[in-house]
Amino acid sequence: MNEWTMIEAVTHALASQLRENPNTVILGEDVGVNGGVFRATEGLQQEFGEQRVIDTPLAESAIIGMSIGMASQGLIPIPEIQFMGFIYPAVDQILSHAARLRNRTRGRLSCPMVIRAPFGGGIHAPEHHSESTEAIFAHIPGLRVVIPSSPARAYGLLIAAIQDPDPVIFLEPKRIYRDGKQAIEDNGEALPLDMCFTLREGIDLTLVSWGAMLKETLQAADLLAAKGIDAEVIDVATIKPLDIDTIIDSVNKTGRCIIIHEAAKTCGVGAEIAALLVEKIITSLLAPILRVTGYDTVMPMFQNEHFYMPSTERIIKAATKSMEYR
Amino acid sequence: MSIHQELIIEASQYLDTNGALLKPLPDVFSDNKLITDLYQALVLTRLFDETAINLQRTGIIGTYASCRGQEAIGVAIGHAMLADDVFIPYYRDIAAQFQRGVLLEEVLQYWGGDERGSNFSQQVNDFPLCVPIATQLCHAVGIAFALKYQSKPNVAVVTCGDGATSKGDFYEALNMAGAMSLPTLFVINNNQWAISVPLERQTASPSLAHKALAAGISAVQVDGNDLLAMYINVSDALEQIRQTGNPFLIEAVTYRLSDHTTADDATRYMSQKALTSAKQKEPLIRFKRFLAEQHSWTDKEDQTLYQQCQQQVDTAVEAYKNLPTQPPGEFFDFMYEQLPGNLVEQKQEFIDGLKRHE
Repeated sequence: MNEWTMIEAVTHALASQLRENPNTVILGEDVGVNGGVFRATEGLQQEFGEQRVIDTPLAESAIIGMSIGMASQGLIPIPEIQFMGFIYPAVDQILSHAARLRNRTRGRLSCPMVIRAPFGGGIHAPEHHSESTEAIFAHIPGLRVVIPSSPARAYGLLIAAIQDPDPVIFLEPKRIYRDGKQAIEDNGEALPLDMCFTLREGIDLTLVSWGAMLKETLQAADLLAAKGIDAEVIDVATIKPLDIDTIIDSVNKTGRCIIIHEAAKTCGVGAEIAALLVEKIITSLLAPILRVTGYDTVMPMFQNEHFYMPSTERIIKAATKSMEYR
Repeated sequence: MSIHQELIIEASQYLDTNGALLKPLPDVFSDNKLITDLYQALVLTRLFDETAINLQRTGIIGTYASCRGQEAIGVAIGHAMLADDVFIPYYRDIAAQFQRGVLLEEVLQYWGGDERGSNFSQQVNDFPLCVPIATQLCHAVGIAFALKYQSKPNVAVVTCGDGATSKGDFYEALNMAGAMSLPTLFVINNNQWAISVPLERQTASPSLAHKALAAGISAVQVDGNDLLAMYINVSDALEQIRQTGNPFLIEAVTYRLSDHTTADDATRYMSQKALTSAKQKEPLIRFKRFLAEQHSWTDKEDQTLYQQCQQQVDTAVEAYKNLPTQPPGEFFDFMYEQLPGNLVEQKQEFIDGLKRHE
């Protein structure tokens, strides 16, 4: 067993798949000699060579467009976008081509690739480095969107994403890159790509979240337990396709649901989860579904980012409000 | 600081607009079969193009982008490439696709609104037509990377229009291919128009080929209506790329002798005078004159060829009309290799909805 942080788990998952499959290639800005600005690819170029861990020119659209071409010819590219805030020049390539290639050729060509990008706030980064815009990609047919929330899930989900035959947007919550270690066996085993993880069982209400926000969500569950409220906590993990069944089972049991995400509220992934619950189990609900999210503002620069991001207090307040419905 | 070499682009032409030879031809053209095959491909493409426009007018296919006037570029590309090279076309490249073995009925199926037209029965690694402008240039660079990575002696050949050279993806792709020495042949179909915007509004660059020089890529400007010049330049470029592994760019200068698509009306922006002048330089007339003068090609042979090609087009139209329609709900099936739960549910809902209508 190894004790790894999330960033170390990412590195080891990448290494395991580079070792496993000679068609696997990492490319991006600063991923080679420098090992990535967060060190996610630390040591990989030394181990696997410049042909497999490639420092590209600074051009996000070409990095993703090129990855599409590589994937179509039997390679498995793992491009890194340095920060999610810089993915937008590549959105045309992702939406118009990566997500559609299998469908538009009726399966003749496909696009097995994993686009990795650190995302989210809370590390006092400069402007444009702290966004959470997973909903943009979750909206697009043909993509998978995956967000780990612990070192072990980062390891297993990244391996699953690399082994998946379709394009995956793999968003890494950089606030918890080095937030504690977890014992992980480097066995190359994948986690399921279409399943939520129940991190804590409870009977009074369901807290649904993903990524770094699970830290506050789990803290809130502990504090609620002290008040006698027994919360179940679900890590969505695979934002798309969404495992709504696990969430439904939980909310059928508790009757109350709070969705917590860092992204802006309007048209966030929380809205989709709430809509599905209402469509499928409205009669099980004992209280309105509530969302605790970032505001519909631009992500503030770091002096104010802590005001923007959902706090444990806000989660507890929403949970208390939910419990007041009888 | 150092003084850089002057950035000069050579221009290449063998036939003048009357089909007369401007200089001795390379040995490869002593092969009579090659000459007549090239001409046959020009004629086939022209007749297909005319037929496709008629099929759109009668509602048998949807909006169609004509390649009238620029057939020589695609014919040269498709004919000069090796089977295991990979072609990444833009949406006006059926001439090359036909030479690559894409079936005429597959092209009709695509413009007829059926994705199965891009599921080529031949050349299974070639890309489908690319509609978003310039994006395909980046794909080509990745394909070139894959070919190099797999130690294959092949080239990724990608085309775009003149408008595409204003896009970021054009520059990103050229820069990437140059920086990483990837075996890519870029061919610009400079047909002077991006829908209604003429070339002079598109750029202040002295030529589109000049744009390659900043990426460290060698380039040549070729008369795109001169099939012999196009063929020899594409062949030479492919050979050079195979030997050096470095990318190359050809600017093929031509003129769009059609509306942008069947949904467009070029009389709104293209002067009759310019069109009339351009028609005198078009590739088919020129090549036929060359054949008549250098190969004693007769009008009777020409008529026979046109009849044979039209028959081939008509056969394809019949084949297209007889294709079975897509099974209901097939548009769900290729979103992912395995249908996820939400799509299983939505497909079932769709199929149930159909049953209720029956």
